This record gives sequence, structure tokens and C-alpha cells, in this order.
Amino acid sequence: MTGSLQATAAPLLQAISIERRFGASRVLRGVSLEVGPGECHLIVGPNGAGKSTLLRILAGLARPSSGELRVFGSPWSADVASRQGVSLLSHQSYLYDDLTPTENLLFAARLHGMTDPLGSARVGLDGVGLTGRGDEPVRRLSRGMVQRVAIARALLTAPRLLLLDEPFSGLDPEAAERVIGLLRKQMAAGRGVILVSHDLHEAWELATHTHVLVRGEWKVSGPVQGSLESFLGQYRDALRE
Amino acid sequence: MRCVSDFFRVALTVAGKDLRVELRSRTALVSAITFAALVLVIFNYARDPAEISREALAPSVLWITFTFAGVIALNRSFSLERENAALDGLLLAPVSRSAIFLGKYLANLAFVLTIEAVTLPLFVLFFSVDVHGNLAGIGVTAVLATAGFVAIGTLLAAMTVRTRFAELMLPLLIFPFLLPPVSWAAQITTRLLAGRPVSEIVGWMRLITLYDVVFVTLCLLLFPSLVDE
Repeated sequence: MTGSLQATAAPLLQAISIERRFGASRVLRGVSLEVGPGECHLIVGPNGAGKSTLLRILAGLARPSSGELRVFGSPWSADVASRQGVSLLSHQSYLYDDLTPTENLLFAARLHGMTDPLGSARVGLDGVGLTGRGDEPVRRLSRGMVQRVAIARALLTAPRLLLLDEPFSGLDPEAAERVIGLLRKQMAAGRGVILVSHDLHEAWELATHTHVLVRGEWKVSGPVQGSLESFLGQYRDALRE
Repeated sequence: MRCVSDFFRVALTVAGKDLRVELRSRTALVSAITFAALVLVIFNYARDPAEISREALAPSVLWITFTFAGVIALNRSFSLERENAALDGLLLAPVSRSAIFLGKYLANLAFVLTIEAVTLPLFVLFFSVDVHGNLAGIGVTAVLATAGFVAIGTLLAAMTVRTRFAELMLPLLIFPFLLPPVSWAAQITTRLLAGRPVSEIVGWMRLITLYDVVFVTLCLLLFPSLVDE
């Protein structure tokens, strides 16, 4: 099913020769990426390689110094339409600690103009296994639970393109398995996923494409070939170059 | 039409969220009201009754208290968006940046007016000022003067929130913008408390209204370019 989606549909995202400079420092050097429906692009790399900066640019939170970005076939612009259908899960939860998970999701749903905000919030919390914890302030939840609420928030609007920065961070194996199931459903529905993760065993279950980012440029980039072990070998070689 | 209703829906959603967070934590309200009460007490005891009459000092004290207590509340406005990078979450939503500003502005306006509503009886108590018959006039003046400086304060709070000295930067940057509405409001209050005719305050009222229209519009237009990188 994934294969047929890839073969027929237009790309959800095209990034062409993205560069990002902070003063004299070049954080991203000509990074190109094309994400189609049903694909999951796993991006790995050492700390400071530019992974989070790339995700921020793809989400529209930062602008590239040069290069072209097309989202759902249209050039990215700062207007409202370019942000429709893209969701980002970052290192930060984007949650308000004084509000409950339900209130946080309700706020996000209302902001997006969803027709049944409360119903959507409940379904979202149910999806990450937090049905009974929806009415406690976020500040009282454990790190893993906060991460699950953040994931529910990212998935709430059924975005066509999901950008996930370390989604498995702080999750126990059961919760990680649940999140993998949720992401598989998203991919089966034709949504695209870009996944930055150091938890390679979990991420490998979803990846259709892999990219190794070192010092702002791809060292490895292409569809998944072979096993996780062979990819880890490629990764190590890329780090040694 | 749909665009306009969406704009106000987003603004009210953001304002509702801010009010809910503040009601839950009460951080800004408690700090600002405590500060206002302390300022009033200090001014009351620091004044030399033989040299300065209460009537002469009262309007200035009232507006100093209102504005500085207001700045404390404004500082909180975007600091709550800094926790967990919630501001990025807001900016990722496919909604107008100006609608987000309007929501933050409305919530801040509600906070500062609440602080002023609590501070006014304390002011009457400490300064034994007779506001009977002038309450409506003082109320209208407070709303008009607050509407302008809260708009500027909301914009500047968004600008300074990511700086290292956000709590210091906001009072410094807002100071020049505070002077006109505060001095006009103090002039109006002086005349109201002295029982002067309405014709004497109409000119000041017009100036404050013009200030509000100009700065609320400017802030609505500037906010998107301020938060977009």
C-alpha cells in the first residue's frame, strides 16, 4: 500500500539545496529532501549536526538562508495556508504547565478551528493512553506522560506532514510501541513523516528512507536498504569521514 | 466574512487560554496587586502633609501605581509562552499572527483593568479621596489610557521575551510610550477630583483616544513581522 502511494502521489514536501547560516557558521549546507505520501524519512546525526534547525525550517519556524522549500506543491510562504497541514513535535512540549492535558488539546483544537474540539481532544488522549490523566495539570505529569500529551497535540489535527524531533524520548517500551502504531496508521493514511531520532530500534520500524546529517550535509541519503546493522555501519563510516 | 469571524475566534481562543492560565496560577494578578498596594502605602507615608496636600499628589500616585503594576502583569504575558516554547506552538498554527496579538492584547487588557479595579478602592482608602460622582469619569479615563499602553506593552513584551533581561527591558522600552497617556490621564483625574467642568477634560480624552487608535492599529500590523523570523 505504501509503495502505491509513493508511486502515484505528488510529494508533500520538497526541500532543494537548503542552506542556513548563523553569521559565518554554515549550519545547513545544501540539504535536499523530498517526502512523499506514506513515507517516513529517518534523519540521524551527531549533536549539533543541524537536525533540529532543519526541522524548524521545514515547519516554517525559521527561514533558510538560501534554497527552495515547497509544501504540498506550493512554494513555502509566511502566510496562513503554508502552515495548514504541517505539524511539529519538538524537544519542547508546546504545552502550558498550568493547564490540564485536555485543556491544552482543547486549546490547540480550537485554534485550528476543529468542529468537535472536546471530542478530538479526548480521542487524542485516548490514542496515547492517557484517558484517565486528562484532568491533571501538566506540571504534575511525569516526563514520559508530558511527551505523550505533546505527541497527541502534534497528531490532533491529522496533519498531512508530521515533523517529529525525538518522539520516543522519555517513553517506556509500551508507550513507544503505542506511538509506533499511531505513526504507522498515519503513514497508511498517506501522511508523510520526518523523524529525527537517536532511538534507532524504534525509528527503524517506521523508516522508509534514511539520511545521515553530519556538519550540515547529507553523508547518506536514500531509501532503506538492508538491515539496521548495515545502516549503523554506514552511519559510523559517515561519522569517521 | 468567514475570515473576520475566524480572526475573532482565534483572538478569543488565545485570550480565553491566557485568562484560564492566569486564573489557575494567579501569578501576575497577585504580584501586581501586592506591588500596587505597597506603592500606595509608601506614597501615603512618604508624603509630608504640611507641604503636599493629598489632592495635589493623589492623581499622580494613582497613575504611577496603575502603570507600574500594569507593567508587572505585561511581563507575565509572554513569559508564559516562553515555558516549553509554547509561543512556537502558537506560531505553528495556521492562524493570523495579528489575531494572536489581539488575543494576547485582550487578555492583558482584562488583567490590567482588573488590577486597576482592585487598586482604586485601596487608593481611595489610603488617600481619603472622594471619588463619589467621579467614578464613571475615572473609570472611562482608566479604560482609555490603559487600552493604549497595554497595546504597546503587549508588543514590547513579545519583543523582549527571548532576551536575557526581559523583566528589565520591558519597563525601559515602554517608558517613552507610557508618558503621553499617563500624563494626559493624570491631568484628567486632577480635574475630575477638583470638580472641574467636563469641557476641560474633553481635549485630553480626544488625545488619549487618538493615541489608542494609532497604537492599537500599529501594534496589530507590526506583530506579525516581529514574531516571524
